[in-house]
Amino acid sequence: MADEKQTKLDLNNLKAGGFIKERGKDLFTVRLRVPGGRMSVPRLKKIAEVAEKFGGEFVHLSVRQSIELININFRDFDAVVEELGEKSQKVASCGARVRVPVACGGCEYNPNGLVDTQKSALEVDEKLFGTPTGHHKFKVAFAGCPFDCPKSATNDIGFQGAIYPTLDKDACIGCGLCAKSCVPKAIAMGEDNKPVFSNDPCIWCGDCVKVCPTGAWSEAKRGYTVRIGGKWGRNPLVGTLFATFLPEDRAVEFIAAVLEWYKQKAEGLGRIRLGDTIIKEGPEELLNHLRSRFPENTVAETIAPQIIATQIGK
Amino acid sequence: MQTIDLRGVSCPTNFVKAKLALEELENGTVAQIFLDDGEPVKNVPRSLKADGHKLLGLKQTEEGHYILELEKVEE
Ligand code: SF4
Ligand code: SF4
Ligand code: SF4
Repeated sequence: MADEKQTKLDLNNLKAGGFIKERGKDLFTVRLRVPGGRMSVPRLKKIAEVAEKFGGEFVHLSVRQSIELININFRDFDAVVEELGEKSQKVASCGARVRVPVACGGCEYNPNGLVDTQKSALEVDEKLFGTPTGHHKFKVAFAGCPFDCPKSATNDIGFQGAIYPTLDKDACIGCGLCAKSCVPKAIAMGEDNKPVFSNDPCIWCGDCVKVCPTGAWSEAKRGYTVRIGGKWGRNPLVGTLFATFLPEDRAVEFIAAVLEWYKQKAEGLGRIRLGDTIIKEGPEELLNHLRSRFPENTVAETIAPQIIATQIGK
Repeated sequence: MQTIDLRGVSCPTNFVKAKLALEELENGTVAQIFLDDGEPVKNVPRSLKADGHKLLGLKQTEEGHYILELEKVEE
């Protein structure tokens, strides 16, 4: 370990956070930046080397997909940052900032994936990571499909891949597989042995398109379903629907628009999360703000983020 | 008619078994695959479709299982 007298720390490394005080004297956890949970094998090797040299006997995989180096002496911060290689492996953030986005594997290799969540997570990480909100932390998640393994609606902004199905009756052979596969029961087989679609229960999962043997079902639209205002912790909120079929390449712009509204509306309210700001201001305020920029995607009406009562039964 | 009975076999073993059985067949052969209701009938047909086979039809039997008819298509 470094000699105390010679320690000169580059405090800029601490600014964005990612160094978290541990119980032990002088020891910190260093949270690494792993957008979308994607970790190349060479990077993983490098991290293992640095952990072995400066850290404890294990690393911790955080619930938000980061690798945390444990038991790092604060005098080694600079060496750790340098050896990790500033270009390839950065330290994450904490505090009132845009955090590292999480994402599932998405469509690249997961058969359920409808959109490229990994690409979106990298874009958001590159363009918005660490942006100060002025109020509180800000979390973003990308799910590849409505199965929603990343629990997108528990984030300040949660994105969920979606496709809108459309039917070409003439191509249908009446096999019934689509009706069988549609878990929300948005498809029933009609008297003519062709599917009948009901819009309301459809969650845009695309299972009908994937199973249909003849291509009678195909996609009319693809993009993200966006829920806003979620969070977990002591007073959980579940985010509600604000936009549908947002094109994948507009995710960054969308988040920036929400951040702009949040920064302005939460002014003077102290340390307040986005969801509580929406509850205070009313969801129409945010809808109007978004409608001016995303007229085709913003929903006509919505409700405020919903409080989850977690103390029932006490 | 070739039949592949996957009743009582759960996901994803049923799909892997179907793949192995289909490997034994000539290209263009029509086969019937017996599947349980529930997850198997939701998952196996779409995975076989994604592998490139041509699904021809699906019907439920009186006993409650499903018969998926498909044509083997070699990639
Ligand atoms: S959300 Fe969908 S695409 Fe993502 S891991 Fe889950 S099932 Fe796969
Ligand atoms: S997209 Fe999903 S929910 Fe909608 S009709 Fe198709 S299978 Fe059903
Ligand atoms: S899966 Fe396709 S072919 Fe079969 S009933 Fe549905 S639309 Fe028709």
